[in-house]
Amino acid sequence: MEGTTPNVWTKKDLIGIRELSRNEIEMILDAAPQFLAVSKRASGIKKVPLLQGRLVVNWFHEPSTRTRTSFELAAKRLSADTMSMAASSSSSVKGETLHDTLANIEAMRADIIVLRHGCAGAPHILAAAHASHIVNAGDGRHEHPTQALLDAFTMRESLRRQRENPTLTLDGLKVALIGDIEHSRVARSNIHALTKLGASVTLCGPATLLPLGAERLGVEQTTRLRDALADADVIYALRMQLERQSRGLFPSIREYVKLFRVDSDSLRYAPERAIVMHPGPINRDLELSSEVADGPRSVILQQVTNGVAVRMAVMHLLSNSAVVRDTRESLTP
Amino acid sequence: MTLAIKNGYVINPADNTAGQQDVLIDADRIAAIGNGLDGDETIDATGCVVAPGLVDIHCHFREPGFESKETIASGSRAAACGGFTSVVTMANTSPPIDNAGLVELVTKRAREEACIRVYPAACATKGLHSEEITEMADLKEAGAVAVTDDGSDIPSSSVARRALEYANMVGIPYLSHCEDESLAEGGVMNEGYMATLMGLPGIPKAAEEVRIDRNIRLAELAGAHIHIQHVSTAAGVAIIRQAKQRGARVSAESAPHFFCLTDEAVRGFNTNAKMNPPLREPEDVQAVIEGFKDGTLDCIATDHAPHTYTEKDVEFALAPFGIIGLETSLALTLTHLVAPGHITLEDAVRLLTVGACVCNIPNAGMLSQGAPADLVVFDPKGEWTVTQECFASKSSNSPFIGQQVTGKVIHTLCGGAVVYSA
Repeated sequence: MEGTTPNVWTKKDLIGIRELSRNEIEMILDAAPQFLAVSKRASGIKKVPLLQGRLVVNWFHEPSTRTRTSFELAAKRLSADTMSMAASSSSSVKGETLHDTLANIEAMRADIIVLRHGCAGAPHILAAAHASHIVNAGDGRHEHPTQALLDAFTMRESLRRQRENPTLTLDGLKVALIGDIEHSRVARSNIHALTKLGASVTLCGPATLLPLGAERLGVEQTTRLRDALADADVIYALRMQLERQSRGLFPSIREYVKLFRVDSDSLRYAPERAIVMHPGPINRDLELSSEVADGPRSVILQQVTNGVAVRMAVMHLLSNSAVVRDTRESLTP
Repeated sequence: MTLAIKNGYVINPADNTAGQQDVLIDADRIAAIGNGLDGDETIDATGCVVAPGLVDIHCHFREPGFESKETIASGSRAAACGGFTSVVTMANTSPPIDNAGLVELVTKRAREEACIRVYPAACATKGLHSEEITEMADLKEAGAVAVTDDGSDIPSSSVARRALEYANMVGIPYLSHCEDESLAEGGVMNEGYMATLMGLPGIPKAAEEVRIDRNIRLAELAGAHIHIQHVSTAAGVAIIRQAKQRGARVSAESAPHFFCLTDEAVRGFNTNAKMNPPLREPEDVQAVIEGFKDGTLDCIATDHAPHTYTEKDVEFALAPFGIIGLETSLALTLTHLVAPGHITLEDAVRLLTVGACVCNIPNAGMLSQGAPADLVVFDPKGEWTVTQECFASKSSNSPFIGQQVTGKVIHTLCGGAVVYSA
């Protein structure tokens, strides 16, 4: 599979999209179709031996079904051994530091650590201090890079098909991200990925859930759904966490639905061609109506399928990185 | 036994004089200031500044309760290393310093173990619970030089008003940490672009500003003097400026990190750039500098807040607030305020000693015949690099590690004794 691109992957970790260049993002997106093909093999044998003998540890400090399953499947389809630590903060509750927990995992010779953590920056500080490959599976409200990668891949593939243009890029496309931007790592990673890939991004949500200073990220902001949807090529509804209402960040589900729900009513303001995405799990009829979620514009299940392929591509690139050996040596005291 | 400090540039902010002079020390007192003075021993201070021992009215020595972070002994060594000979320690220890017995404990430990003068501040409310005011007369009699709930603010305006009225009656200064905790809740850095970029919950500037305004208004209602701690925002400086213009009895401090750093320093999830109030934005840094220039901000205080390496070596959101500052404050002031021409060398010495007036610390911040020989000799051009190893503090949680600074303490003398030498 190597040699399909003149570029060489040189990063030890995938911490965030912010750290990636456009070229690196495209390397991952370009590697994904081959892995998608593995998952769709007619033979039903959905496996390649690229990571045989390697150990992938899924270390999840927050509950997650979707992302954890997707990473686990990706690792298994690469023939890696997998181990799950549904930590739910158990080690930190016992007083063990993040560094100590990882040192213990590493002592068992893990190769790739997939980390989900409630605190922004957790994978960042581990990656700087440890030799194993860290893949950020979501840190606080900071980043969720594989989600943004699978989203960008899905946008590219869907629009290539829709527009019958096999070389279409995201340059100049308009993406509307709708919902709770302030607390969303999916939004942050998508903002970085999409702006780097040349798309223009509009954030839309209640004023209480829009972050300060977002204009410096190179995006537009609006509190009017109608404005966000006009000329959108992609409409991306974010999951609304219901506890935000109890914290007084929006007055009622009723009013949220009225102002911000993506449904057949609000879609009247969007172009015919716009596709609809969601990171899952969906609160049906809250941020997204069932009719739209299950309708012809929705590519939500393709996001899930693509997620496994993109994560396979990421783990493959990291573990076969050109500079891994050097990096490890310099990081080991 | 006499000691002559010869040929130094003597700055005496108390009478606003400066010039090439000698200082003669006899035992623990300054015997004379003049020219051609000789003693049994000599310190050649050619090219150096000779100034009163620096005064920090805002530091945390963590004793009792958190001795792994700092002790009165180690904190006083850090102070001496930074040129300080008088410090005011905050009351948020464990237990908090809210009764006379605890004030006496701190003063006793200081007498026994500290190489410089340590003056405790006591709590303004019992247990720092913001409910009942403390026995301030008793606290003052036991040796407390100020009352403060530093680390938190008193949410109830009514309790805050009573604390100010009572402190005014007793004649003890009230040091005010200004923070609306309901607005700051959950925040770990300044709210703005950087927090958005890093996905960290923000503390809006208004959380500090609304309370600076409220607390000054309450002090005016009470007729009391209020001292605003660690001012970090442009609007905060403006509120204090306006209050002074209308005649409010208000004084204010800011810390070196607020004129040296912005929230950019948090990049990389550096927990040594996490403190409360948090690092703000370039316009705030500018306003703090302006505040020092026009006298809105009266003094530089360190807010020296030690935490162990282990406590800081965690996820950003979980790390405690606070950085150390005693050893770097003089150099940062010279590097970031004097070198660019914002203030003069004489201003710098004044800003680093005038806290003595805020907390009525006797004989500090001045050089005069007969007064205790508390002084610092520093090379204003001496360059050095801040390193993890250079701290006398038990902790090394400084965002300035790795930075090249100008201004090096050569000797610190407290009561005539050399308590630090480079």
